[in-house]
Amino acid sequence: MALDVSVDLCGISLRNPLVLASGIWGSCAETLVRVGRAGAGAVTAKSCSLEPRQGHPNPTVLDWGHGLINAIGLSNPGAWEEKRILQRAAVGLKEMGVPLIASVFAETIVSFQRTVEIIAQAEPDLIELNISCPNVEDEFGRPFALDPIMAAKVTAAVREVYKGILSVKLSPNVPDIVQVARAVEKAGADLLTAVNTLGPGMVIDVHAGRPVLSNKVGGISGAALRPIAVRCVYEITQAVSIPVIGMGGVLTGEDAMQMLMAGATAVGIGSALYYYGEAAFMRILGELEELMVQEGYSSIKEFRGCAHG
Amino acid sequence: MADGLHRVFPLMRRVEEGKVGATLIFDGELKAQPGQFVMVWLPGVGERPFSVVDDAPLTLTVARVGPFTRALTALQEGERVWIRGPFGRPFPLRQGSAILVAGGSGVASLAFLAKRLCEKRTEPLVILGARTEANFMLTWFFERMGLCPLLATDDGSKGWQGTAVERLEALSQPWRELIYGCGPERMLRALASSAVRHGALCWLSLERVMKCGIGVCGHCHCGDQLVCRDGPVFSAEEALRLWRLEARDNPQIADREDSERYP
Repeated sequence: MALDVSVDLCGISLRNPLVLASGIWGSCAETLVRVGRAGAGAVTAKSCSLEPRQGHPNPTVLDWGHGLINAIGLSNPGAWEEKRILQRAAVGLKEMGVPLIASVFAETIVSFQRTVEIIAQAEPDLIELNISCPNVEDEFGRPFALDPIMAAKVTAAVREVYKGILSVKLSPNVPDIVQVARAVEKAGADLLTAVNTLGPGMVIDVHAGRPVLSNKVGGISGAALRPIAVRCVYEITQAVSIPVIGMGGVLTGEDAMQMLMAGATAVGIGSALYYYGEAAFMRILGELEELMVQEGYSSIKEFRGCAHG
Repeated sequence: MADGLHRVFPLMRRVEEGKVGATLIFDGELKAQPGQFVMVWLPGVGERPFSVVDDAPLTLTVARVGPFTRALTALQEGERVWIRGPFGRPFPLRQGSAILVAGGSGVASLAFLAKRLCEKRTEPLVILGARTEANFMLTWFFERMGLCPLLATDDGSKGWQGTAVERLEALSQPWRELIYGCGPERMLRALASSAVRHGALCWLSLERVMKCGIGVCGHCHCGDQLVCRDGPVFSAEEALRLWRLEARDNPQIADREDSERYP
């Protein structure tokens, strides 16, 4: 019996559940197409803002032994150039039937709307809102993602100006991620992406006597994030009825199966590209299929969410 | 597991390189192959990539181009730097007679290659290009191995007047089996086209502004390749493909490269 690893994400058909996560290999059209060619089920471009951003000075990313820590600083060429990049990527990806996800962040709600309006012109299959960026209108400059009310406000505001499929990327750095997930669902999100990086964390070089990252702190990804991400996806899918792209430290087929069993519809792949390059996709997919054979599954829906019992 | 973090290296000796930079010889070894690079961190100043000139002891050659390289080349003996790496794909080592063509600070990675080739008793022919006589670096390193690099300067102040690639093409038997090149992009483009035309096996070390150095941030992409991870060494054919990909969507790049000169 042939294995069916295809999944349906809000009506978008993915040949397999593995999605390139935002922020890695997604800063130019050619690498997005390359990841599509390497077997990704869908690809997400790097987050973009209305205006170009330089990002933080080096050091920006480190392999600290059990995963990555990064403070790249959301460097991007701005929405107008990003629109061009997405349009070019879409041409190559369409030939392969690989959906393209755009990612947008902003520091104000109005800026979220403006950026989405520009990015929507490139007609990506889906737009993801990265709401882990600090909200400059908040009294304490807290990220939108940390407050259910602000997260819902951004979602509702973007919903007004964008009729396409909309995802909101949640942060694991909250006491109750379910509250945020519910608020965002109610505000009109079609699906959720969970989770963004953990932390922030800090690595201190003891010889230098100071943090290694120029930004001092950075988001934790990779293996160290995985159990937290799986728990978040489990809790969210129990509480909402919209699909979830589960991500956080998925490095093997077994990790991907954990995410799917926790209830994810698709699985994001990020740090795995640091370890395996674009071969990560075929490697993880191969391992997932092998596990499906071992466990007697012929399609993903047979075990999706089974951990909820 | 913590190979991705920095190791501390005290400076053992500094050799001034003309007016343009310095070679830093550190107290310690870092196993590397020619063509690879390391990230050098000066806490509070910044972190930049540098080609490995030698791995035992770790040696780097630094052209002074900005605040970071000025700070690095001003280090005194015993002062420390923080290094992670090596990263990137090295030059493939093949049997056969090789020509090494370096422009400007591109001499660094080819000096290491020359050393490895000499250790295998296959002495390469080395051609070094610089803007002017005072800009040559590492000539002593080649001479110490018994090699006599052919020199070319833009202004004719030393050796042949013209570029390193023009010097190569002026040789009576220019196309040996293997060509290795490192230097400004304009020079590499000329070298790649010539090598492909003559059917020589040719590898080039490309340069892009790198940040993370480990294939994560995406800063150093060239076409569909990440220079830090997939390179920096590419075959001439692959480099030509990448430049075409880049130019197809960014017509302004061709103009930028035309104005690029040796440091």
